[in-house]
Amino acid sequence: MANDAVAEQEKMRRFRDAALPHLDDVYTLARYLMRNPTDAEDAVQECYLRALRHFDSYRGPAMKPWLLAILRNVCNAEFARRGKEEVPTDFAQDEAVAEDMPMWQEPQASPEKLILRQQDSATIRQLVAELPEPFRETIVLREVNDLSYQEIAEIAGVPVGTVMSRLARARAMLRSAWNAAETATSRPATASRVMQ
Amino acid sequence: MNCAEFEVLLHALIDGELDAGHARELEAHTATCSACAEKLASFRTMREAMSGAALKETAPAHLRTRIETALAVPRSRVISMRDFFKPTRRSFFGGFAVGSALSAAVAASLVLTVIRNNQEQTIADEVVSAHVRSLQAGHLMDVATSDQHTVKPWFNGRVDVAPPVVDLTAESFTLLGGRLDYIDSEPVAAIVYQRRKHVINLFVAQHLGARRAHTASESIQGYNIRHWSQDGLDLWVVSDLAGEELDEFVQKIASALRRPSGAS
Repeated sequence: MANDAVAEQEKMRRFRDAALPHLDDVYTLARYLMRNPTDAEDAVQECYLRALRHFDSYRGPAMKPWLLAILRNVCNAEFARRGKEEVPTDFAQDEAVAEDMPMWQEPQASPEKLILRQQDSATIRQLVAELPEPFRETIVLREVNDLSYQEIAEIAGVPVGTVMSRLARARAMLRSAWNAAETATSRPATASRVMQ
Repeated sequence: MNCAEFEVLLHALIDGELDAGHARELEAHTATCSACAEKLASFRTMREAMSGAALKETAPAHLRTRIETALAVPRSRVISMRDFFKPTRRSFFGGFAVGSALSAAVAASLVLTVIRNNQEQTIADEVVSAHVRSLQAGHLMDVATSDQHTVKPWFNGRVDVAPPVVDLTAESFTLLGGRLDYIDSEPVAAIVYQRRKHVINLFVAQHLGARRAHTASESIQGYNIRHWSQDGLDLWVVSDLAGEELDEFVQKIASALRRPSGAS
């Protein structure tokens, strides 16, 4: 009995050492998936408790993708629980809409030559946050959590080819939105440049 | 390579996921297709802007506290909240895990205590394991001599402390030698004594569990354990020797440590 307690404490220590360093990564993905801080915090806590529960059977992959996969399941379960009220988080519908979109959407108002300018971090964050799923999670896992295509494929439960096409669409959408934001913020300058 | 293929593969290229063969094909395509070359450049620019931007969030401190608190509570309580344990400080703690921000702050100050106790528990267990391991043939000593002036220098460069090695032959504790051991993944000095047929392991390191001025007693698997802190050292003693005799040993070591001249 005493040994069980000792083993339990030892496990807890190993879990803390392995999992807590990834808290910022987990929280970041939660913010992008849940879209508000309170829901994100609840999801992160639930993620860590679930991870601890399954820590005995954990044999890899690396800790970070493993935690992010659990977090993604927690978020999806939460969305499923809430039902279909929240249209923006209805993955299937978003994907259906997105499938109809052309891969390459030419920015309507801006010429192809318009060079992307440095946007401030807040604007970029906002642009990413406005992407529909599953493109949002794909680009966050890639650009922010810095995972490989293979790791993203395992987390999302899709082939690597799907990760690649989602990422291509995500970046195309992001680039359009980026250009639109650019045009909106610097309209006078752009307009004069176009007229020249 | 056509433009449609290029549009998907260019991302693998800028993400460094493309093999050399395909990378060359893409480069060849950009040489002949200026539209694709521009797309590639534009996505590269965007990717660079994104990696330069602060897109990663930092978990708020209260969330970190909340999770650390939840992880410090025994697992079965966290998950089921069933009343497995009789009311102890830890279960009192369980209530905090779901409490308000204020109680989380209070819990944060308590969590240190609990974690430290846990660490002590872990180390007590490891100390016993190390002792049992040392009793197996050929594992007891790296340097076997009853000469303290040989044992003490042997540890130079092997551990980051100068462990106390004292001659207690007069008190009928015979110095057998010393050994490098590992507790909690840290190298520690183990000094081995014997009284009659009973082997005593004295483990010394800078950090081996909670600092405590007073000697703590404990017994695991029939082995008696004593540990205390003195002069910036954490000391653990383990043996199958009777409790009172082990206390006597602890006293001798502690008083020898207080009189450095007597120790050399």
